[in-house]
Amino acid sequence: MTLECKHVWEHISEYLDKQLDPKLLTDIEKHLENCEVCSAILDSTRNILVLTADNRTYELPVGYSERLHARLEKAIRETTGSKNDSA
Amino acid sequence: MPATVEREKELIARIVAGETNLFHELIRPYERMVYLSILTMLRNDQEAEDAAQEVMINAFRYLKNFRGDAKFSTWLVTIAMNEARQRLRKAKAAQLESLDEDKEDREGDFTPAVLTDWREIPSEALEKKEMRQKLREAVEQLPPIYREVLVLRDLEEMNQEETASALGINVTLVKVRLHRARMMLQKLLAPYLRAAAPAKKGFFGRMFQ
Repeated sequence: MTLECKHVWEHISEYLDKQLDPKLLTDIEKHLENCEVCSAILDSTRNILVLTADNRTYELPVGYSERLHARLEKAIRETTGSKNDSA
Repeated sequence: MPATVEREKELIARIVAGETNLFHELIRPYERMVYLSILTMLRNDQEAEDAAQEVMINAFRYLKNFRGDAKFSTWLVTIAMNEARQRLRKAKAAQLESLDEDKEDREGDFTPAVLTDWREIPSEALEKKEMRQKLREAVEQLPPIYREVLVLRDLEEMNQEETASALGINVTLVKVRLHRARMMLQKLLAPYLRAAAPAKKGFFGRMFQ
């Protein structure tokens, strides 16, 4: 059973998420062994996902955390009064 | 990094009971998650920061409504995505523009870019700052309905069910949109990825995986 490239493309995302059923997975892997085009698409998409999940791709602004907690502190006090103290 | 579920439950109970200062500790592991999910939606640092602060304040106010049937992080991201969507809608209304970005559109327009004589990209090339910049730009170009799914699944690495729950859509739609989002990104980034790959050696000289 040979798959067409287009059919393989439809399943790239599921392939990367390891969600393919075993039969289709075998067919797709067979196809990938012989198809430069689909292997390149798979490879490049995988690179993109690695880059997306990389902590350095997106960074928090300097001082973000301090400003957040300062504003929160204010809001908490306004809501509850400053009676609370915790260890 | 996130606190254990047990610890979180305990914190939430104590905060609701009045130890409000513990809220700082509760949200600390999720500061980044909340900010980035909003930033990628709003595409503006300052507004994202303001929105992220509002989200945390709202989370504090409504913490007593948190049921514990979802993870706290999912609950928090749900609030974050609602805040982001609301602000996007407002901005859109202000522009008086009918962007049809919300439609599930263009059947068959989600094919990847074909890269002929593709080489595996050396990790140094992927490590480059420019590449990250290009990725952020490409993510910004995705229509919001695709961007939100991609951000939760591939940036925040939430699972399908959590993503579906946070966005109020079903799992099938998460899968469809994620696939499309990834293919659109691949297409947008193909030229840069190609440039990052080394020159061709032998036709079969490439390794998979």
